[in-house]
Amino acid sequence: MQKNVQEFGTKFESVCAVLEKYECNPHMLVPILQEIQAAYSYLPKDVMNYVANALGVTPGSVFGVATFYSHFTLEPKGKYVIRVCDGTACHVRKSTEIIKTFQAELGLDEKTHTTEDNLFTLEEVACIGACGLAPVITINEDVYGAMTKEKTVELVKKYKEEEAANA
Amino acid sequence: MNTNLNSNNVTKTSNLKTITVDSIPVTLGDESNLLEVIRKAGIELPTFCYHSDLSVYGACRMCMVEIEDRHPGIFPACSTKAEPGMVIRTNTKTIRDMRKMIIELMLASSDHSCTTCPKSGACKLQDIATQLGVKDVRFKQMVAQDEKDLSSPCIARDPAKCILCGDCVRVCDEIQSVGSLDFAYRGADARVVTCGNKGIGEVECVGCGQCVKVCPVGALTIKTNLTDVWNEVHNKDKIVVATVAPAVRVAIGECFGEEAGINNIGKIVSALRIMGFDRVFDLNFAADLTTVEEGNEFIQRYTEQKNLPQFTSCCPAWVKFAEEYYPNLLNNLSTVRSPMSLFGSVCKEQLSKELGVSRDKIVIVMVGPCTAKKFEANRPEFAVDGNPDIDHVITTEELARMIKEHGIEFEKLGFSALDMPLSFATGGAIIFGSTGGVCESVLRYAAKELEPGPSREFKQFRGKSGTKIGEIEIGGNTLRLAVVSGLANARALIDRVQNGEESFDLIEVMACPGGCVNGAGQPTPQCDEDNSKRAKGLYDNDRMLPFHSSGENPVVKKLYDEDFDEHKIHELLHTKYGNRRLIKEDDFVLSTPTAETKLNLTICFGRSCFTKGAQALYGNLMKYIRDNGLEANTEFKARFCATKCGKGPVLLVNDQLIEHCTLEKAVEAIGVVLPQ
Ligand code: SF4
Ligand code: SF4
Ligand code: FES
Repeated sequence: MQKNVQEFGTKFESVCAVLEKYECNPHMLVPILQEIQAAYSYLPKDVMNYVANALGVTPGSVFGVATFYSHFTLEPKGKYVIRVCDGTACHVRKSTEIIKTFQAELGLDEKTHTTEDNLFTLEEVACIGACGLAPVITINEDVYGAMTKEKTVELVKKYKEEEAANA
Repeated sequence: MNTNLNSNNVTKTSNLKTITVDSIPVTLGDESNLLEVIRKAGIELPTFCYHSDLSVYGACRMCMVEIEDRHPGIFPACSTKAEPGMVIRTNTKTIRDMRKMIIELMLASSDHSCTTCPKSGACKLQDIATQLGVKDVRFKQMVAQDEKDLSSPCIARDPAKCILCGDCVRVCDEIQSVGSLDFAYRGADARVVTCGNKGIGEVECVGCGQCVKVCPVGALTIKTNLTDVWNEVHNKDKIVVATVAPAVRVAIGECFGEEAGINNIGKIVSALRIMGFDRVFDLNFAADLTTVEEGNEFIQRYTEQKNLPQFTSCCPAWVKFAEEYYPNLLNNLSTVRSPMSLFGSVCKEQLSKELGVSRDKIVIVMVGPCTAKKFEANRPEFAVDGNPDIDHVITTEELARMIKEHGIEFEKLGFSALDMPLSFATGGAIIFGSTGGVCESVLRYAAKELEPGPSREFKQFRGKSGTKIGEIEIGGNTLRLAVVSGLANARALIDRVQNGEESFDLIEVMACPGGCVNGAGQPTPQCDEDNSKRAKGLYDNDRMLPFHSSGENPVVKKLYDEDFDEHKIHELLHTKYGNRRLIKEDDFVLSTPTAETKLNLTICFGRSCFTKGAQALYGNLMKYIRDNGLEANTEFKARFCATKCGKGPVLLVNDQLIEHCTLEKAVEAIGVVLPQ
């Protein structure tokens, strides 16, 4: 509650500030989106519409840029972002199985990437350069190597428990 | 071997302004790229992504050619500059194999079930695959499971058939400055979509159909309703009326192998009667009525110097565009209905009286060159108690399809006469079909009203140029006029007018480049000249008619003398357009209150309010709220266009709407809601 009052409108004000900083220059669309994503942690569609209006470009072209770069995300992400590497080394060591296990444990599927409670987001990524640890995953900044089905189940349990304890 | 020797000879002996294309010497003119030079040589290179009116994209790689002594040997002709002395081969083994492979890749990566495709027979991919003899596809079929988009009354999208040539994206942006379609996503997921993947009928698309015209495959097609039309025709309880727009008659022949520009109205009437239409009228009659009303409106506005420049409003794509982007100009649009909607109201009124039947027994099918008219017919403004003035709109191409479906041999058709009196028309009406026509027609009428003498012509507004500006003298007044076609041209002109750089008395706007003759519902022109030939067909017809000014139309005169009073004129012939929200999203919540809500603020963030300082107002309001500790009480929302453009910035404080809002005005209103 208290927090909400403090945050009152600040995110959107930062959008305004970013637009002012770049003087609404349509050529600066990418950095503008980048800074907005930093504030919101994703690109809300209303904000993209607002940016299009402000830059005098079509909403479609902003959408095109926002979906082109995998760095941008149009959905809010969970508190914990799980990235499962599906590079060649991990793939041959059955990363698909790890993905399936995460999906099953978290109630996600190919279309839903974020849990309803906004706690976990599951992503597949190309090689993260830790092939020695294959199959490898990261959860936020932490790296977990040589993953197995069992370890995956364990890990999910651990994060869930920690959350419950902190709540 | 022989040819090789020849070609070498040619290059050596000819002057430096020559290029050799498959041994044919071609003199360089002002061609902007190699492709044009090759086509000049009479070689029709296959292309998907090249259109002479659009920017060069160079993505489909169908136009690859070999250039002798150049590294790396093969080049895309569309995006290679023609240089004197080049020796080109367009059909070597390498090139043939590559083209075939590209076609196979396209067939493998999108859904091409030809028999059920509306584009079959007019599809470039189908044509080129046949031409190159592609017999089987070596690659695995990987078709994206994208659903069809049938949300627009004008165009249908089938994204699974898209080959990503980008033609539609460029037309919509470069020619129409609308930009409804754009590339999104990346790599294998790349798609052409609307913003946020919404239905094309739910976004800014104006329904002009120019994207359908350029789409080489069945990914974009005209939204057809032929089944409904056949059902009406076969319904014994209904009186089914057809009315035919001017541009249809000079283009339909092309669907049956005829040259462009031949006036086929007599055959069209015969065909419609054979199919079972009860009455067939010429929409030109209504165009005369439109001219008379619009001419009177113009004379009045000019005399009072009010709401000038007057904009024509016959083109529904332009009207929607104005509603979306220029709401502050809506009072400048002519309030006269377009010939189609005017015909609907007048015909239903007259026929129901004549036949003693109720309005809903009469079904009117408009045959026109236009896809956007399908949208206009759906507009609630053009209906009486839910019964539309025009029931169905079909395009020239769809009429040709009906003729074929019925098995009528168009070539063998005789001529039949139109039903009277609602078909009687002057030359001032027939020219509506070409860019400049509406403007010229209104001028002819005004000239006749204001100065005695023979009918005048205003040829300076003819021709396919996208922006035509001219001054003329009528009755001692100098009028400045503009005729634009293509909405990007319209936007450029209007922006100049709004910046005070130019001023006009009358502006005609047509969304399709060249006007209705080049409407998206017309057959695809075989060459650039086809549209000029169609326009010529209309102007030739004008010359053959007894009257050239709409005011001379005796049937129109009779209507004014006997049937129309002020009230009827208003009810049947006029309308009003309203602001349209460009972005149809719900209000967007910027911050939510935590205490019991007392203060609801909604700010407009439409483009117009934005340019008038909405963002600064928002910043100041936020500061005010914070300084006064109102955070917990305030719900702050934003809306994309509160439809009060011209009066921005606009703020809603609880239920009070504040126009031209300043911080002071807002604070005053907040003080009323939350007295401190
Ligand atoms: S119909 Fe016209 S406005 Fe709509 S997407 Fe196609 S080109 Fe753009
Ligand atoms: S919809 Fe048609 S014109 Fe547009 S990119 Fe796809 S194939 Fe090309
Ligand atoms: S026409 Fe040249 S690359 Fe498509």
